[in-house]
Amino acid sequence: MSVLDVAKAPAGRLSAWRSAARVPLVRRPGGRTLLGVIGSLGALALWELAVAVGVLPAQDVPPASEVLSELVRLLGESAFWNAVWRTLAGAAVGLGIAIAVGVPIGMLMGTSRLVHHALRPTVEFLRPVPGVALIPLAVLIWGQSVRAVWALVAFACVWPMLVQALYGAQGVDEVARDTARSFRLTRADRVRWLLIPSALPYIATGIRISASMALIVAVSVELLTGAPGLGSSIVRAQEATRFTEMYALIVASGILGIAINLAFGRAERYFLRWHQSQRPGEEA
Amino acid sequence: MLEIQELTKTYATSGGGTQAIAQLDFSVEESEFVSVVGPSGCGKTTLLKCISGLMRPSGGRAQLHGREIDGPPEELAIVFQNYGQSLFPWLTVRKNVRLPLRRKRRAQEADAAVEEALAAVGLASFGEHYPWQLSGGMQQRVAIARALAYRPSILLLDEPFASVDAQTRTDLEDLVLQVRRAFGVTVLLVTHDIDEAVYMSDRIVILSKQPSTVIETLAVELPNPRDQIATKELAEFAHLRAHVYRAIMRAHEPVPV
Amino acid sequence: MSARAGRLGLEVGVTALIFAAIWLFTTSSDSYLVVALPDMLSRFREVWLFDRVGSDLVPSLVRMTYGYVTAVVVGVVVGVAIGLMPLLRALTHPLISFMRAVPPIALLPPAIIVLGLGNSMRVFIIAFVCVWPVLLNAADGTAELNKTLTDTARVYGLSIGQRLRFVILPAASPRIFAGMRTSLSFAVLLLVTSEWIASTNGVGSFLIQAQQTFRITDMWAAIILLGLLGYSLNQVFSLVERRVLRWHLRSTATSA
Repeated sequence: MSVLDVAKAPAGRLSAWRSAARVPLVRRPGGRTLLGVIGSLGALALWELAVAVGVLPAQDVPPASEVLSELVRLLGESAFWNAVWRTLAGAAVGLGIAIAVGVPIGMLMGTSRLVHHALRPTVEFLRPVPGVALIPLAVLIWGQSVRAVWALVAFACVWPMLVQALYGAQGVDEVARDTARSFRLTRADRVRWLLIPSALPYIATGIRISASMALIVAVSVELLTGAPGLGSSIVRAQEATRFTEMYALIVASGILGIAINLAFGRAERYFLRWHQSQRPGEEA
Repeated sequence: MLEIQELTKTYATSGGGTQAIAQLDFSVEESEFVSVVGPSGCGKTTLLKCISGLMRPSGGRAQLHGREIDGPPEELAIVFQNYGQSLFPWLTVRKNVRLPLRRKRRAQEADAAVEEALAAVGLASFGEHYPWQLSGGMQQRVAIARALAYRPSILLLDEPFASVDAQTRTDLEDLVLQVRRAFGVTVLLVTHDIDEAVYMSDRIVILSKQPSTVIETLAVELPNPRDQIATKELAEFAHLRAHVYRAIMRAHEPVPV
Repeated sequence: MSARAGRLGLEVGVTALIFAAIWLFTTSSDSYLVVALPDMLSRFREVWLFDRVGSDLVPSLVRMTYGYVTAVVVGVVVGVAIGLMPLLRALTHPLISFMRAVPPIALLPPAIIVLGLGNSMRVFIIAFVCVWPVLLNAADGTAELNKTLTDTARVYGLSIGQRLRFVILPAASPRIFAGMRTSLSFAVLLLVTSEWIASTNGVGSFLIQAQQTFRITDMWAAIILLGLLGYSLNQVFSLVERRVLRWHLRSTATSA
């Protein structure tokens, strides 16, 4: 693999360090991060090389170095940060709507068989409907407004939220339930101290899954409808044939996606440190 | 105080019904320690669920202080085998113990009861820990403290020591005997461990295999307080142990038709 | 038996009520965007049963199948290989996570610039976008194999081929399927959107042309078709997944 060839260059110096410690770099603390950095630099070098030798057409794809310096330039532009902010805000509002709608319905379906059976067919049918099919309709209703972003993000994220809340409400442990009942906790207390805490890990997972989806949908809707944000900036850069800027914006949206994944993953672990799934060395 | 009369339980299944309890009659007197033993799958858990009001019997009666049990009674507490699932992992030890007292007592009184119960099980300094930071034995002690703080007049123990190691097990047995005296509480222990039943009880109820009936009720007249070494050395202990063992072995044999 | 009948009655009854409410809403609304449900359905029948199936639906599905199948094959092969080599996995992990995090549609403009507007661009972009979730999950699923499982395989002297077939692939398959499911939704997304731009046929092309010329009933017919398409793809996928992962569902059900 060509990625390996690039990575071989610094391997000589590394091997000295490695034999001294007698622990493979992969298993050393920080070693994985270091290797990740090396691998990423290697990929960038490969990109640079591919453009230089003409594997990638230079008029369509600028070299990595140019895209990166363009990205650095963008970081100093208020217009760029404005676009990032609009995208994040649109995604956040949509996600908020999805949580507000999906969680209560999901919890109801998870606790009441009646509600579950009443709504199941409708949910099962609507859930796999591709949100993209609704974009043309959203454009006719809201035009290039951020409302289109809200609506489609909410439509995409409401299903994972609903399903996770449903699993969470169903996942209340039977022994825990018996314990609560044997101590005669009232219904309200059982919801507060048993149902909600039990369902929380599932809901948190739903929020983490939905957050990255919300960003993807927000950028997509902006790109397709022209609503202001990162997505429409990409289209504008393309239409003005500022290709370097376009690639820099795409890289920025990917980095933003990773940042959101990491942030929500961290937050999930922090808030649920009591939960089994967060504890190593124990069967979850 | 606890009366079980002609209690039956049949589960509705797709193939008609499974009879878990054929008919049970026994009683537990005030401040008595009674154990229920039987072959595995003899419906012990079903019995406990009926007594604790978590499940309705199909027939017969379970009465506490002369009142029919139709929901979890206020003067009853349970310690389950699965402490890992019975303790709420999102609450600290102290909050776990305090939770059932929210509507039962005034705040100050509740706090005092919590501290007293934690001290009684030797966990006074672990109130701010989370259950999952503790060993299995300590978690089960938290569950016992929670039951004690609830101030039940009867304490149900559902194979409470089955998930801990042997050393911890004997420690917990002695702990339960000790707090039972200190708190003057009636105990009904469900177990599959014959030594444990003989060692701890005043009386043993031996059940047949499913569908269960009472084979025998046996008085345990061993000197109090019990001691892990001295009590188990007694000829009487060995005799009782063998007696219960034979009764259960017989219960395993197929009933001649 | 009566409980089951009650459940069925509830499911059918409430769903029928919701359907009736939509019917009533669409027939009484005076917005130009809302078309009466019967008109929508009859237009759907005219267009998609089966007038334009050959000219639009089939080309779309063929593109998607090519792109998706390529992505799954490449993703599984490369992903498992990466998962088996800790060093390679550490080197490539940030890059793969990055590619997975880029919004799929953001890659559409560069794809058009580099590859033009042909059919091959549409197949390529679907494959390119769908490969990352499969690859990432295959690599993670392989790398996080249960140690006992791999030790057992080694103790019994299974060859690498046997290990791949009987240990690694089955153990990683729940993760691989999770990735494939994400990819499937990406495939539908790109299928529709890649046809919005200068395409003469395809479901996406039909949808966007209907919208741009304000043929609202046609637009609704296309939305219904895409809804049904999403639903059926999901059903087929679940069916395959349930068959392949039968052991997984069973073993997790008993341990729960």
